Amino acid sequence: MTDKVKVRIDGEVIAATAGQTILEVARAHDKYIPALCYMEGLSAVGACRLCMVEVSGVARLLPACTTPVQEGLAVATTSPQIQSYRKMVIELLLVERNHVCAVCVSSGHCELQTLAQDHGVTHVRYPYNYPRLSVDTTHPRYVLDHNRCVLCSRCVRTCAEIEGAHVWDIAGRGIHSRLVSELQRPWGEATSCTSCGKCVQACPTGAMAEKGWGVEEMTKQRAGVSRLTSMREGQ
Amino acid sequence: MDKAKIGTCWLDGCSGCHMSLLDLDEGIVAVLEKADIVFGPLVDAQEWPEGVDVAVIEGAVSSQDDLKLAKIARVRSKVVVALGDCAVTGNVPSMRNGIPTRKLLERVYVEGATERPGTERPGVPTDGVPALLKQAQPLHSAIKVDVHVPGCPPKPSAILFVLSELLEGREPDLGSKLRFG
Ligand code: SF4
Ligand code: SF4
Ligand code: SF4
Ligand code: FES
Repeated sequence: MTDKVKVRIDGEVIAATAGQTILEVARAHDKYIPALCYMEGLSAVGACRLCMVEVSGVARLLPACTTPVQEGLAVATTSPQIQSYRKMVIELLLVERNHVCAVCVSSGHCELQTLAQDHGVTHVRYPYNYPRLSVDTTHPRYVLDHNRCVLCSRCVRTCAEIEGAHVWDIAGRGIHSRLVSELQRPWGEATSCTSCGKCVQACPTGAMAEKGWGVEEMTKQRAGVSRLTSMREGQ
Repeated sequence: MDKAKIGTCWLDGCSGCHMSLLDLDEGIVAVLEKADIVFGPLVDAQEWPEGVDVAVIEGAVSSQDDLKLAKIARVRSKVVVALGDCAVTGNVPSMRNGIPTRKLLERVYVEGATERPGTERPGVPTDGVPALLKQAQPLHSAIKVDVHVPGCPPKPSAILFVLSELLEGREPDLGSKLRFG
């Protein structure tokens, strides 16, 4: 039998199942918590820190995507402090690599761009990093543009957990972290890649795209990737 | 009441933001009832005048001349608006920022040029062109900016909204009109 617990989200009492995360419960009840590295159907890694919420009795903010609910938990999804942190996180993501929306395949359909717009990021207060990064065009059907990668690892988890191929990993540390395919082999030479394209669909930004699309043309089918997991769980 | 004064200028951008400004349709009439455009690519004035109320600046700060004009516009204007992604983020002009300026210029003007018999050997032009800064930077890294209007270009409706609010003495909040790219 599953354990039912009662939690409070922004004052509203909600019945949840023990083991669910704050983010899952909030989403199921149409409460908005922004998230970037979280994707339904994948394991949660708590990498981007956009989903930070206040939990009463806890002094620091907690990531909603990895914090399980407990009986009596009271969560505030937003506050001036949370908003200012979220804005900061978005701005830091924008300065880390080269985001030039005007020439990006994903402009208009990008989760990072939408987050910036929704959080009133009119400009970025930090100096831009302008790293020199490569674009891997070796795969016959897909492109990986490191300039747009936010290191959310959604592609890594999609390929490992759903496709079962585990082509991707993140190598290096801190600012030098890079997404790598098969121990640094170009994507086109990665023999374990089945060319299923699920990583591309799961990628929240313009970092992964199908070849042949122009600016603003790449739309993604993320729900389809998430659905695969729920269909398998239902078996 | 005296009309307000608007100055505009075009730094390292493609002029698309000015095109969008011209694209206000009949909205421009409402703006011009309240304000005169006293400087910019759309008018004749040679120098940025004193006492401008709203400076509307397109483009990234990319050369010595850009920097000079941005600074003049700042000290002679009450409110500075960064218009468009190039002014707000650096955008396309900033794509050169990872490349040293010398290498960049040589790639374009020497390696990229075709030598024709009987003409001068291709070289990096220095006459009458301003020196490039090391990097193309967003406007707010060079001067204080009061209002940011991203977009490539910003929609005419966003520009009209911002100008109307400023001319009414209000601080514009783009809200759902906020859009990059
Ligand atoms: S990935 Fe998103 S934020 Fe980055 S350039 Fe593309 S549209 Fe803009
Ligand atoms: S296309 Fe499929 S198999 Fe290849 S890297 Fe992406 S998810 Fe993995
Ligand atoms: S390529 Fe896309 S999905 Fe993969 S880590 Fe980068 S942003 Fe995330
Ligand atoms: S969505 Fe929770 S940390 Fe990224």
